[in-house]
Amino acid sequence: MTADLETAAHPENLRRVAIDPVSRVEGHGKVTLLLDENDHIHQVRLHIVEFRGFEKFIQGRPYWEAPVMVQRLCGICPVSHHLAASKAMDMIVGATLTPTAEKVRRLMHYGQILQSHALHFFHLCSPDLLFGFDSDVAKRNIVGIVAAYPEIAKQGVLLRKFGQEVIRITAGKRVHGTGSIPGGVNKNVSIEERDYLLKDIEQIVTWSQESVGIARKLFEQNLNLYNEFGTFKAHTLSIVRADGAMDLYHGGLRARDMNGKTLFDHQDYGRYWDVIFEDVKPWSYMKFPFLRSLGPENGWYRVGPLTRVTQCDFIPTPLAEAQRKEFMAFNGGSAAKATLGTHWARMIEMLHAAEQIRELLNDPDLQGNELITKGKRQERGIGVIEAPRGTLIHHYKVDDNDQIVRCNLIVSTTHNNQAMNEAIRQVARQYLDGKKLTEGLLNHIEVAIRAFDPCLSCATHALGKMPLEVELLDAEGGRVDALTRNSSGALCDSIS
Amino acid sequence: MSDTFQLDGAVVPFEPGQTVMQAALAAGHYIPHLCYHPEFKPHGSCKLCTVKVNGRTIASCTMPAEAGLNVESNIEELNALRRALVQMLFAEGNHFCPSCEKSGNCVLQALGYDLEVHATGFRHLYPDRPLDASHPDILLDFNRCVLCELCVRASSEVDGKNVFALAGRGITKHLIVNSESGLLKDTNIALTDKAMEVCPVGVILKKRVGFSQPIGERRYDQRPISAQALDDAPRLSGSGGSCPACEDAS
Repeated sequence: MTADLETAAHPENLRRVAIDPVSRVEGHGKVTLLLDENDHIHQVRLHIVEFRGFEKFIQGRPYWEAPVMVQRLCGICPVSHHLAASKAMDMIVGATLTPTAEKVRRLMHYGQILQSHALHFFHLCSPDLLFGFDSDVAKRNIVGIVAAYPEIAKQGVLLRKFGQEVIRITAGKRVHGTGSIPGGVNKNVSIEERDYLLKDIEQIVTWSQESVGIARKLFEQNLNLYNEFGTFKAHTLSIVRADGAMDLYHGGLRARDMNGKTLFDHQDYGRYWDVIFEDVKPWSYMKFPFLRSLGPENGWYRVGPLTRVTQCDFIPTPLAEAQRKEFMAFNGGSAAKATLGTHWARMIEMLHAAEQIRELLNDPDLQGNELITKGKRQERGIGVIEAPRGTLIHHYKVDDNDQIVRCNLIVSTTHNNQAMNEAIRQVARQYLDGKKLTEGLLNHIEVAIRAFDPCLSCATHALGKMPLEVELLDAEGGRVDALTRNSSGALCDSIS
Repeated sequence: MSDTFQLDGAVVPFEPGQTVMQAALAAGHYIPHLCYHPEFKPHGSCKLCTVKVNGRTIASCTMPAEAGLNVESNIEELNALRRALVQMLFAEGNHFCPSCEKSGNCVLQALGYDLEVHATGFRHLYPDRPLDASHPDILLDFNRCVLCELCVRASSEVDGKNVFALAGRGITKHLIVNSESGLLKDTNIALTDKAMEVCPVGVILKKRVGFSQPIGERRYDQRPISAQALDDAPRLSGSGGSCPACEDAS
């Protein structure tokens, strides 16, 4: 077994196992493994074979269309793209947002964080976490959760519903709204709308707190598994507020190396390319971003909830901050380093989002009427936001005719590309090496990928039932075994 | 006392000189239409307002009202044809409602909803139609043109400018602007022109407006086009009626 498992030294004599497709957001990915005759693993790759084309077909479109068009990249967290593009277009129109515009956008964003994190934890991951990674596949789904844990399932559904309502009120629609526009927003929040949300917010905060408790309990009860499953050391990247606080809407870039040493801090994201660059590998359509100072080989990093919770100096809401401190101190800091600690961190962020929503709803600026500003027109616009899954970068160039001529999007899952590869390599070392393929084994790979909440798991909406195919090929390329799981979750051994 | 005709079994009064469409709308009866506009002479090109008059199909916007006519409009046979016409218009251009700033204010989209067009029906042609963004304040997105000629008529009859025209024939027919360069910036169009107000779809757009109107406040968020058209109708009964949709836009 080689050290890094990215590229086998002598692939010609190895047999290939493919999990293809692993669904991604409106696209596909696959996992391939190369094994020797003794079933030892020499190569593991998560290939993202997505090609969306947004960066190309946005070219020529008027800049004010971008926040509405590019959000169609995703049906789960479109608000992130809506706001990142809007922030970029704020630069294009030279706008400094009014307090009302910024707070309405923040409310929209925290509604998004709440609903997306609830969806991921309760709908997509709780079956793995509550029943076990290789538990009965017939029950390992949201229906099984509803039957076994009806209160948890209900809370998950209602938490998500509340987040969606926040989005509807601020963006006009629950999915793919139009509320954020270059230079501001197109509506405020009326007293009636505010009161409609306020009547449920205390319950939402309480449920969010209880959710952190569930995530913590799961970690405590399975300490060794959670500490080690797919765990690896990584450099980290997120945005933080000027005072070091967690801020998911705006801030400067902060990066730390895998030992916690700060690489850069409060870096202006308007020149993100000074610190981040994108590498291309021949076996994946997805780029591999890296920290420039460390180079393409060693500069890969991790983004998302685990990074944000561990990398900020504090969370500026009291309940979430108390939970962050407990998380960081837990078991000598082991949860803060564990891949599966991401679920716990995600729930802390959900609590923070609920608290932020409560704070914003009590802010009279939401009812202000100054919605849009503009200033000196610029040619280049960059918008960065912390999406539920991690740092999201939108970069546009707009010509004198108001048409977009260049667009570059670095989405959260792209930042996590190498990190996800590392996680499944670690799982391969821990659980697959030398083993016969089973459904439960396949699910271990999915569990590791899901911890990152990539668009992969969001897009499927079919917990534990992603269509997967694993093929065992001999050294000559002949198929000796194959295991297929169809979209209904049924397993079929195609050979025997 | 005015004469009357029958429309789907209802008695419709009319004034001399009115078309079947004008009399029907004024009396509170909706007939689907796209290229018809109260301020311009009937055009009769979109054919969505086709009705059966004494068993013959004819465009109701050009058919003079006559006493004793038996007009059928809201029947499945005609609504199926109207759905097919709307589907063909969607297939012929590039109509991407999800990212179109005219969404919610678009007559074609509103007709699609009202006629219950639930599927594309035809293979999309995906024509290559670059934008004309040359004018500092006005954008032309030819992808959405349905060749209704309302801008042609407005620019010619009201603005006296002839900024727009149709060129080509058949499937290659397309909207052009009247300048040597072929670019809008070299025409004498102005933001205050009537031609700026009349486009039923998202071709002629004032720049930098985009999505400033919230969802819920757009014209067809409030009421379906079949009800909205009737709200406008009483204003048509006098000569030289005006169009509230245009007034909203101005």
